[in-house]
Amino acid sequence: MSVDEIKIGGMGASRRRVEDNRFIRGKGKYVDDVVLPGMLHMEILRADVAHARIKSIDTSAAWEVPGVRLVLTGEMMAARNLAWMPTLSYDTQAVLATDKVRFQGQEVAAVIADDPYIAKDACAKIVVEYEALPVIVNPDQAQSPDAPLIRDDKENQPTNKIFDWEIGDKSGTDKAFEEADVISTIDLHYPRSHPSPLEPCGSIADYDRSTGKLTVYMTTQAPHIIRAAVAMVAELPEHQIRIISPDLGGGFGNKVPVYPGYVISILASILTERPVKWIEDKTGNLISTGFGRDVYLQGQMALRKDGKILGMRMHTISDHGAFYADAQPTKFKIGLMHSTFACYDVPAAHLTSTGYYTNKAPGGVAYRCSFRVTEAMFFQERMMHAAANDLGMDQAEFRRVNLVKDDMFPYRTAFGFLTDSGQYDKCMQVGMEAIGYDTFKEEQEEARKRGRLLGLGISTMTEPLGAGNSREYDILGIKMFDSAELRVHMTGKAILRTGAKTQGQGHETTWAQIVAHELGIPADDIVVEEGDTDTAPFGMGTYASRSTPVAGAAVAMAARKVRAKARKIAAHLLEVSEEDIEWELGRFYVRGNHDRGVTIQDCALAAYSNMPDGMEPGLENVSYYDPPNLTWPFAAYFCKVEVDPATGVWDVLKFVAVDDCGVRINPMIVEGQVMGGLTEAYAMANMQYITFDESGNCIGSNYMDYLLPTAWETPGFELHEVVTPCPHHPIGAKGIGECATVAGPAAFVNAVMNAIEHTGVRNVDMPLQPNRVFEALQTGQDVSGMPPVKVE
Amino acid sequence: MYPSRFAYEAPTSLAEAIAILDRSGGEAKILAGGQSLVPMLKLRFAAPGTLVDINNIPGLGEHWLDKDGTLHIGALVRHEDLEYSTVIADSHPTLAAAAELVADPIVRTRGTFVGSVCHADPQGDWAATMVASGGQIIAQGPNGRRAIDVREFVLGPFTNALAYNEIAVEAVIPPATGTAKGGYLKLERRVGDFATASVAVNLDMHGDTVHRAGCALAGVGGRTIDANDAINGALKGKTLTPENIEAAADAVAAMAEPRSDHRGSADYKRHIVKTFVSRILSNIAHSEQKAA
Repeated sequence: MSVDEIKIGGMGASRRRVEDNRFIRGKGKYVDDVVLPGMLHMEILRADVAHARIKSIDTSAAWEVPGVRLVLTGEMMAARNLAWMPTLSYDTQAVLATDKVRFQGQEVAAVIADDPYIAKDACAKIVVEYEALPVIVNPDQAQSPDAPLIRDDKENQPTNKIFDWEIGDKSGTDKAFEEADVISTIDLHYPRSHPSPLEPCGSIADYDRSTGKLTVYMTTQAPHIIRAAVAMVAELPEHQIRIISPDLGGGFGNKVPVYPGYVISILASILTERPVKWIEDKTGNLISTGFGRDVYLQGQMALRKDGKILGMRMHTISDHGAFYADAQPTKFKIGLMHSTFACYDVPAAHLTSTGYYTNKAPGGVAYRCSFRVTEAMFFQERMMHAAANDLGMDQAEFRRVNLVKDDMFPYRTAFGFLTDSGQYDKCMQVGMEAIGYDTFKEEQEEARKRGRLLGLGISTMTEPLGAGNSREYDILGIKMFDSAELRVHMTGKAILRTGAKTQGQGHETTWAQIVAHELGIPADDIVVEEGDTDTAPFGMGTYASRSTPVAGAAVAMAARKVRAKARKIAAHLLEVSEEDIEWELGRFYVRGNHDRGVTIQDCALAAYSNMPDGMEPGLENVSYYDPPNLTWPFAAYFCKVEVDPATGVWDVLKFVAVDDCGVRINPMIVEGQVMGGLTEAYAMANMQYITFDESGNCIGSNYMDYLLPTAWETPGFELHEVVTPCPHHPIGAKGIGECATVAGPAAFVNAVMNAIEHTGVRNVDMPLQPNRVFEALQTGQDVSGMPPVKVE
Repeated sequence: MYPSRFAYEAPTSLAEAIAILDRSGGEAKILAGGQSLVPMLKLRFAAPGTLVDINNIPGLGEHWLDKDGTLHIGALVRHEDLEYSTVIADSHPTLAAAAELVADPIVRTRGTFVGSVCHADPQGDWAATMVASGGQIIAQGPNGRRAIDVREFVLGPFTNALAYNEIAVEAVIPPATGTAKGGYLKLERRVGDFATASVAVNLDMHGDTVHRAGCALAGVGGRTIDANDAINGALKGKTLTPENIEAAADAVAAMAEPRSDHRGSADYKRHIVKTFVSRILSNIAHSEQKAA
């Protein structure tokens, strides 16, 4: 008889996360838990100024500290051609500064010593003499005619502009604006934030001169990309490089790039012939590694009186810091910003983008989003909010008029994406009912009579998740597919490895569920391993919600190929032809004779002990999966807030999240992802940002300034689901890891704006700190979040 | 965390602890709850030669009301002990109101009241409640004990009046002569954030008349702001009418010395002070009415 899929932990089972067995006991094994014999410790000296020429670096006192083995400077890196390294966006980044420092926190020197205390003591003895240069902390300053040139190291870089880029139909969009009854505008800043995984970045480089092998334990979301990058940067043969990414304490995009610390630790190990451990501290992580956002979003929308959107223009001005180090597919300069308005029927759209260098940390990583999709969707929903108000139309009604209808799929967006499935209006209806939409306006008016300010905000989005396909998506030329290798052992137990890399998503749990669904092997009988380039098949790693859409699909395909072979073995065991074999979960049987069958475990044993003549022994498969399209989950969020008019403090009264991520492999994990994403969205809307004063000092360099919300202030979230399977994914799943971070912020902001916009204010930049909301209430004017912030 | 090197001592008596301090010549630092000191060690803002851990010294972990109603708080009383205290709610309502707003619940399990006052952070909650309530710190050194008025104890940012060989062993807060009323409000961006502005108000009520009013502010100046005279001048001998409350709130707000930063402009912070004074007093007036 077939096995019960939920009982064996298959698809749809809210199976407890197997990785939590070790995590909640404190038994996870992170990079910093790895101790190698003879290991040395590295500490990096960082610039305390934002822009300055280096006149001299005196390391002599550091060398004299007992226990110091090596002190590295940019000059010594340069002698080995390692002072600069390539970024993921075809720019260069300083590994250790040689000519000048370009942001506060930049790597200037490194000390390698017997223990981390000595390394830190010695770092403090390095004397760097700087000649101060004018500092740029926003794109306005960067494009000023008398702005200092930040990247004077580059040829053909006469200004601080990095790129101009555009996509869409300019003339068609211009025409739409000529025909418009109403033109609505919006002007926003999405502030600089930081993924801030609890575990900062780190590495242990272990170069063995006798074998020529370099092993690096590293906090990376993409070990295979790192292996390729190390092969290219360090000019070491790829087969002699092993990258091991052990348990990761979160990533959120922060652990995709190559950081100077990794490269320095590798050179230090080569020079000392000892393993060298580098573990960044929290401040180092916040001030130097990949940030998210920091982009100015300007929009115009052409509208017909009845609420139909005719066209949309968008201009982005992005602040990339001192090095253009965005992690994004090669073809695009500002990520997938052009996914904006993908869920709305917009006939014509045009996007222009300009990027600038500033004296701030480099990055532009996809912080829990699919390459700038967070900014795209925040812009979209703030634009929708403004447009509905300008039309005098109800917020929900305006969205429902313009959302792509169920019968319009597949739908080609104005920027060329192909969305393929969804029930957008149904999600709207579920959310509106849950939040009590129909009675809210009355409630709001009643409250206002008593001096209370209530607001309701809506945010919807569909997000392009799961890069590739490989036709359009590559990073540094490497195509964006993914892989899975499944080996079923003789006793019916199995090991699964993929090219993805879990960092909290729960792959060890959910991948086993996919195999259980395909083969009927209990999920508990399947071990999942990722992150070791010597054992895992080649893949592009985990970010951009791509694991389930790509690697997860590869898992299903590998399992199906194993099942196909098992079917031949079953035919052999049952002594019938393969055509007469039927499958039910966990079992093959003879057509017309249900009782006569063999289990998948029987087939596994036979694969090693009783295979048919001429059949290759074993039961395993490696699958590479190149998805035909992105997956397109949908979200509709509704948020109700109350603003205290005397202080500007706002509280969330109710939050309703409706998510459609297709088929849910493990509903509990999906809900966890949505809860976590909403918490991060709340953080960005309410409290969390990195800003700078006029000297380029980073404000947000520690957890007293860079605020992560805790259980005490995070509101409750009410979750709902709608399921529209992905038409091309083998199990109908869509990405979910980032939907809530992407769609969440606009719901909070729109709600607060709804509560205060009777004063005439159109926008308050995030985070909506009490002082900003209060200022808007007092003045009726927009509140800008552009740095520098005034600090007396 | 990789602090500078330090010696660690864990004495089991006050005499022993004081002797270690005396020998150190000023290079030693007391470790009680460690919630401010340890982060400063991590950042190497503090690099003491010796840490003197007083957690093994008996008799410092209690708080009690003596027979005249004075509250005594030992050097090892944790914030949480006051949060869940069964004795201070009626006698010292200002402290009771602040207790659940100090830092975050995790810090409150370890951090100490007296340590917080000694730390003299301009944003410190307890120093503000002490100033508003007329509290004293009892210091013990080689030559015995002395009582220091908290307004002379907190000298400036991160500076207190202890000699290098003295330990703050106790805080002492007097009772009201009539009915004690009070409140504490803090604006923070997140639980555990440094205050954008905090207000402590402490009233000694005789009937519905204010016999003595105390007030102090945190987060709106380079030190704990003593607004006792301002509020007392506005309220002493008066009842809590809306007009008197307004006048008191204006007088206190004028004492604030806020500076603009990423938490808000100086004007905004001053406005918050005024709003909070007014809210605390209105709440007290409202509860008085209910009682009557």
